[in-house]
Order: sequence, then C-alpha cells, then structure tokens
Amino acid sequence: MGKTHLKMTVNGKEVELLTEPRQLLIHVLREDLNLTGAHIGCESSHCGACTVDMNGMSIKSCTVFAAQAQDAEITTIEGLGSSDGLHVLQEMFKEHHGLQCGYCTPGMITRAHRLLQENSNPTEEEVRFGISGNLCRCTGYQNIVKAILAAAAKMNEVKESA
Amino acid sequence: MNESTPPKEERMAALSGLGTSRKRVEDARFTQGKGNYVDDMKMPGMLFGDFVRSPYAHARIKSINTEAALALPGVHAVLTAADLEPLGLHWMPTLAGDKQMVLADGKVLFQGQEVAYVVADDRYIADDGIQAVVVEYEELPVLVDPFKAELDDAPVLREDIADQSEGAHGPRRHPNHIFTWESGDRAATEAVLSEAEVVAEEMIYYHRTHPCPLETCGCVASMDKVNGKLTVWGTFQAPHAVRTVASLISGIAEHNIRIVSPDIGGGFGNKVGVYPGYICAIVASIVTGVPVKWVEDRMDNLMATAFARDYWMHGKISATKEGKITGLWCHTTADHGAFDACADPTKFPAGFMNICTGSYDIPTAYLAVDGIYTNKAPGGVAYRCSFRVTEAAYFIERMIEVLAIKLGMDAADLRVKNFIQKDQFPYQSALGWEYDSGDYHTAWSKALAAVDYEGLRAEQAERLAAFNRGETRKLIGIGLSHFTEIVGAGPVKNCDILGLGMFDSCEIRIHPTGSAIARLGTISQGQGHATTFAQILASEIGIPAEDITLEEGDTDTAPYGLGTYGSRSTPVAGAATAMAGRKIRAKAQMIAAYLLEVHDNDVEWDVDRFVVKGAPERFKTMKEIAFASYSQAIPGVEPGLEAVSYYDPPNMTYPFGAYICVMEIDTDTGTTEIRQFYALDDCGTRINPMIIEGQVHGGLTEALAIALGQEIAYDEQGNVTTGTLMDFFIPTAWETPNYQTDFTETPSPHHPIGAKGVGESPNVGGVPAFSNAVHDAFKSFGLTQSHMPHDHWRIWKIANSLGLHD
Repeated sequence: MGKTHLKMTVNGKEVELLTEPRQLLIHVLREDLNLTGAHIGCESSHCGACTVDMNGMSIKSCTVFAAQAQDAEITTIEGLGSSDGLHVLQEMFKEHHGLQCGYCTPGMITRAHRLLQENSNPTEEEVRFGISGNLCRCTGYQNIVKAILAAAAKMNEVKESA
Repeated sequence: MNESTPPKEERMAALSGLGTSRKRVEDARFTQGKGNYVDDMKMPGMLFGDFVRSPYAHARIKSINTEAALALPGVHAVLTAADLEPLGLHWMPTLAGDKQMVLADGKVLFQGQEVAYVVADDRYIADDGIQAVVVEYEELPVLVDPFKAELDDAPVLREDIADQSEGAHGPRRHPNHIFTWESGDRAATEAVLSEAEVVAEEMIYYHRTHPCPLETCGCVASMDKVNGKLTVWGTFQAPHAVRTVASLISGIAEHNIRIVSPDIGGGFGNKVGVYPGYICAIVASIVTGVPVKWVEDRMDNLMATAFARDYWMHGKISATKEGKITGLWCHTTADHGAFDACADPTKFPAGFMNICTGSYDIPTAYLAVDGIYTNKAPGGVAYRCSFRVTEAAYFIERMIEVLAIKLGMDAADLRVKNFIQKDQFPYQSALGWEYDSGDYHTAWSKALAAVDYEGLRAEQAERLAAFNRGETRKLIGIGLSHFTEIVGAGPVKNCDILGLGMFDSCEIRIHPTGSAIARLGTISQGQGHATTFAQILASEIGIPAEDITLEEGDTDTAPYGLGTYGSRSTPVAGAATAMAGRKIRAKAQMIAAYLLEVHDNDVEWDVDRFVVKGAPERFKTMKEIAFASYSQAIPGVEPGLEAVSYYDPPNMTYPFGAYICVMEIDTDTGTTEIRQFYALDDCGTRINPMIIEGQVHGGLTEALAIALGQEIAYDEQGNVTTGTLMDFFIPTAWETPNYQTDFTETPSPHHPIGAKGVGESPNVGGVPAFSNAVHDAFKSFGLTQSHMPHDHWRIWKIANSLGLHD
C-alpha cells in the first residue's frame, strides 16, 4: 500500500513520518511515536480512552485517520506536566482518588484539560456533561468530577494571583 | 521515654498504616500516561495475531481455505484446528472441568467463536488476512432458550460429549444438560412450604451481561526456542494459575514458563479465564519464532470472552402471617453457553449461590442449579462479585420484596423481623455456610435513619396521590437492599481451582537501611494494592508505607498465589501479608533483645520499635534492627530479615451492607433519575477509607449499569445484538449520580487484621437496590416482578401494561 508523508506537531515537537492512508491516528501515536498514554478501549468513538487534543479540540483518535492530522497541532497526555512535576489536573486526580486502573485516565485528563480551557469555571453539571464522552469503569466518576472542579479552582487561584 | 522518642501518635501517623486514607502510589505513573498495559508492549520482530470468527451461532464447518490469506504480503501464518490438533491444543480444559475448542473443530457453537488465527506483521494486515480466509459453513438449528434445551427436538450442541452421561459435576440427563447441583434439604423445605401460612413464588431472572473492563483481553507470547523459555505478558487476574495450566497443557516445564501480568486496565472477572487468544499467541510464537501479540477489539470482547450471570431463578419463600420466614426454595436454570467455562472453585459448579438465604435467619432451605448448554458464548465469570453471589443476593432481595407484597408488610420491617441477630454469629446457614460475624440491625437502622425512611415513604405516598389526581406523571421508587457477601475464597479444604488450593501468599524482604519490598501472589487491576498492602505491613512492622515497595504479577519473582478476583486479595493475601509481617517482627524481637542485652521476652513492640519493658528509654527501632540483621553476627539468628507466608484462610469472610436508592421515574418516557443513593458498607477493619469509598462508587456504577440497561442479548438466530458500546450500556458521568457512603465496622474474627474485602459489595448489593426501586415505584399498581435490565423502554412497557398510559 502506498504511503503518505505526514507532518504534524505533537506535544510541541514537529514530527514527520510515512503512514498508510488507512492508518488511524491512535495507532500512529502509540506505535510509530511510542506515545502509549492514550489507550484503545472500543475503536468506535464511544469510550474516549484514546482522547487527544487536535487543533484545540478534544478528538477520539481511534476514529481519526492519521492523514487527517496533516499539519495539525496535537497534545497527548505526555504533553501535560513536565519531567519535574505533575500538571495540576494530574495532581488533583491523585489527590481526590480520581482513578483506579488508570486505563481511562490519560484520555480523561486530556479531555478535562481542554474542557477547562473551554470553560475555566465550570459547574459540576458542566463537568459531568463535558466529560460524558469519556467512559470510566472503575470510579463511578464522582471523584473524577471532584478532581476536575478542584483543578479548576486551583488554576483560577493561580490566574488571580498572577 | 527519652526526649528523642516522638509521641506514639506521631510515630503511628508517620507510618500511614491501617485506617489511613493514604494517596495512591500508583497514580503519578498512571496520570502521566506511563502505565504499562499489555498493548503498550513492543518487541523486536513482534507479529500480531487475530481471529477469523464465526458469523453463525451454530453451524458445521465444511471447509476452511487459507490460501488467499497466506498469499498476502505480511501474513506469516494462518492456524486452524487442524494445525493445533497434532499438538493436542485444538481443545483446552476450562476452569469448570469441561473443555473448550481453541479453534473451531468441525463446527461452531456460538457467534464470534474463534475459527482461524491469522498471524501478520501488524493488526491491519492481520485484518486483511481475516477477510481473505474463506470458510464454508452449513447452518444448524440454533438453541438460545435454555428452557428448550432438553426438549425432544432440541438440537444437540456438544456432539463431542453427547453420549457421556457423567460430567465433571455428576450425572447428565440430556446431551444439552451439564450438571445438577444441590444444596440443603429438599424434602424438609418442601414440607415447610406445603404447610406454610403464606408462600410467595416468583421467577427472578438475572440477565446475561459482561464485565467489559475498559481494556480488553490480550497478551504477548514470546517463545525463546534457544533456551526453551516461554514468556507471556497478558491480562491475567491469576498469573500463577495460568502458568501451571499452561505447563500442564503444553508440556513445557513450569520453570521454563514465565507469566507476567503488567498493569491491567480493569478486570471485574473478565480476565480470570484462559482464552483461545492466549493459546494461539503462544502456538504462533512457537511456530514463527518471534513474539506474537493478540489484543481483542471491543466487539470480540463482548461477544466471546466471559459473559456473566444468565440465571433463571425460580423461587418460593414461606412465612408465618406475622412475617417470620420459615423456608426458602430455589431452582435455577443456568445458561452456560456452549462450553462450561465458569470460573468457580471446583466443588462449586454454581459458585456460592447457596449464600442465597442472604442476611436472614431462614431455618430450612433448598437450592438446585441445572447448568445448560446453549448457542451462546462461554463464560459465567464473577463480574465484580464473589462466585454467583450477586445472583444469590439479587434473588433473595427480590424474594423478600415479593413476600412483603404478599404479606402486605413494609419490606424494611420484614427485613428487620428476619435478620440474623448479632448474638447468633458465628451463624450456621441452612445451606451450609458459617457466617463469621455481622451486626445487621445496627447497619439497617443507621441506613433508615440516614435517609429518613419514614419521611421518604410519606413523600412517596403524597406523590402517588398527586399522580392519581393527574397532577404529575412521575413516581418515586424506594429501593432497599441488605446484602451479605461471601468472599475470600478460600479454605484449601473446600476451595480449589483445577486442583490448586486457594491460599495466597506474601514474601517480604527488609533492606539493610530499613526500607522493604513485598511481593504477593495477587495482582491489582485498579484496586490499589501497592498502596494498601504497604499500609497493612507498615502497621505490622513499623516501617512507613512509603518505604515499602509492592510487587505483584511476575511468576518468576512473586510467591505462588491464586490471584485477584472474588474480593479475595484482602481476605487472603492481605492476611498473608500481616502474617509475614509478624514473622519479621518475631525475628526482629530476637535481634532487638540481643542488641539491648536482655531476654527476648523482656522487650515489647511499640509502633515502630522494640523497647525494654519498664525502661522505655532503652529501645531499638525497626530501622536499627534491620541494619543489625545485615551487619552483626548474632548467635543463633540467621543474617538478613526476610519472611514468607502462605495463608490458608480458616473460613470465608462475610462483608455486608445496607443500601437505599431513591428513584424518580417518568411513567411516560420510562426514564429514571437516581435522586439519592445511600450505601452503608461493613467490610470489617478498614485499611484505606479513601480506596474503600472509591471501590463503592465504582461498584455501584457497575450495578446501576446492570440494573438499568446493560445486557448481552441474543436474537432467535443467536446473533449478539449488543456487541458494541453503542448498544451495551455503560453509564457516563451524566447518568451517574453522586453516592452517599457510610460504614459500620464489624471485624472478621478469624482474619489477622479483621478485614473482609469490599470491592464487590457495591455490585452485589447495588443491583437489588436499583431494581427494587423500579419495582417499588409501580408496586401500588400491582407490579410484583419485572425482569432486568430496566431500561427506559422496558420501564415504559411496565407503565403501559399497568394501564398508566390509558
């Protein structure tokens, strides 16, 4: 099968590679770029384990062709936080026990990260609606919601003091 | 105490031991996407294997043509039963004493069954190969109704054992019959029923569903033919058992097999069994000489690996007119699908279904379970419950409601009247269990008070009156549930899986500088073992939990254990952990006494050190003792500080709880809204309250899913109609309510730290609470029983059939 030249920015770094037209973005991220944080849970856009950020929108990378990411700006869970410390969302997920098996967590946090950029001060209801594309089988969401609200409060605090 | 010794409370707090809501040590890794799940693995030369699956539920295979597939560039092999037969691997033993086809041998028995295995460079090419394999089928009559399995004209499903009148669990009376399992006294129970003042009878169906962890099943098998060593990384809830079974069926010596469970993305029972995917990946690695990965997609997962439930429970319950229960009778028709692959201890083909007398003092009882073959996927796993315990709890908690209706009594009062009394523990149940401990009345009153039960009933009555006046279309349902679990399998004398006793283990090594590593025979799938088992140890040996590394899941390094399922990790491995800690402490005591130049009995334990009795200023901390054990020659004491414990529990543990669900139901749309959910759990000694609460939230959400919509459904032709997450209900954050958690604490008298296990309680107790709420809303219109799942359409149908739309 003929290959396509793909160029995109992933977590702030420009990458170039050859992909088949039928290759899905999640497979390119996980297998070609070794970014295994985003997971595959359903391959049909229902579970959100594969959520990454593309051009400022949350997308489910299991149903996006890699070719559609041509020239795109992608952020994955590996792009949050730094080698020195956790992102405030990651901190709050730990603080409020917002994860158990960890499989949905990268997609969930990546989605929450975008949600808080769309709405920096969401209500509980807005958080619940905003993450309803991401399934979790372990937590019952209660602590995830708590973690996201706590992260929002912290991020707003930092903004105010700045 | 000298000035340098901090106060006791301060030293205890520094340990983060039992009872501390310690933050999880797993989380930094997981939140950064640094988990290591099986599909994250990449190895040089690794190939990908995937299945050609049957589109039919019952068909003969006339031919399989693999030529076109093999001709595709990048396809390395296509395995069929004919290739596996010379190795004796075309069938494999199941956990339930049956056998299962690894690849279709002459026929297929359920939709989605594994027919051929394509090994290719990657998953895309494997899929091309699958499309290119040509299988010619001849359709056979399909059996999906277990009640039609034993009719004269029923198709015979398992031709391989059609003439065997004896199965793994006794006589078989029909080719589609697997076993009959009985518990209790049939004659006495039937006598009680025939003389009873009141008898309620109902068919309670607990529908087929699926654990559906977010990560599907998968593995990477790597056979190193040069040194003869097979390594398999996979989604295994019981890695040691997998190693032993792999050795027995492959003939590879057990020391040459290494099974590793890396991070597991949820299990809930789905990852207990051995699946054809594992066998085929191993064979493919042997054939190709390189590692082979197999990972299910979601549809494969829902169609083929490990369904749960599917019990038709016909019940009769008798009582005096005053509501004292006198007898319980149950006959269950258990739909096991095409192969009996239930994951139960060997002597319990229907698991612990005989806990179905529940929380009640029922003097006489009888249970019979008939296992039946149908053209459905095999499985019968314990989906976030101990073996068949959620079926049992659902059965009794529905029967109590049905009896309350018959008696015209409030269902909460009926429960109180029949609870086992606190002073009756240890309690011998009519079906043979010895309940270790409980205090049901206290838990129940606390629950009723917390929700203002009387007030709720008054509000419900007002709403009903308003509904009848035409002022509202919404009803209120109050769902009650008081469940008793039986977990922690189990005593080796009566619990084994494939002959392997269900003990568990812990091995501890204290390092010279006073930190430690502990390894266990269990494997976490999200329960947070690395956090909580370190807490148990911290309290036992006085080393801070943060200084203790926990390791599980690698059979080359972990002590032998039977794995994590059925809420057994805390009751069994948790006990082993405490016992191993006590061995460490016993040796530490001798070392401390030597260092302090006193007799062994002259020192006593004080949080994190041994002190000389009566002279608290003279002590040796665990840290000092650890260093001494490596640095000094102590007469009569071996160097080093290590211990291992294999714990055979004397009994099961019996966690219990009281749950109350308040539900708003729209009679016109059938939609439901959980207005309040109160969950009181008594899991004995609480190790980490934060993690307990998280387990309860998650288990309740799984219970909500099961009760209100989740099912594996088949049409008449045996097609799975709920094979994707579009049709298979998993609640989102939007449908899921906030839960109110609470507890009482009744320690297990036989567990070293009194802990009972909690992970599965919310599923076991939650399903009846949600379901009873739906039933309760329509009770005054004459509804006694309607089968789950109570999705919007089915609730609308209830309302419609009761004339509420007229």
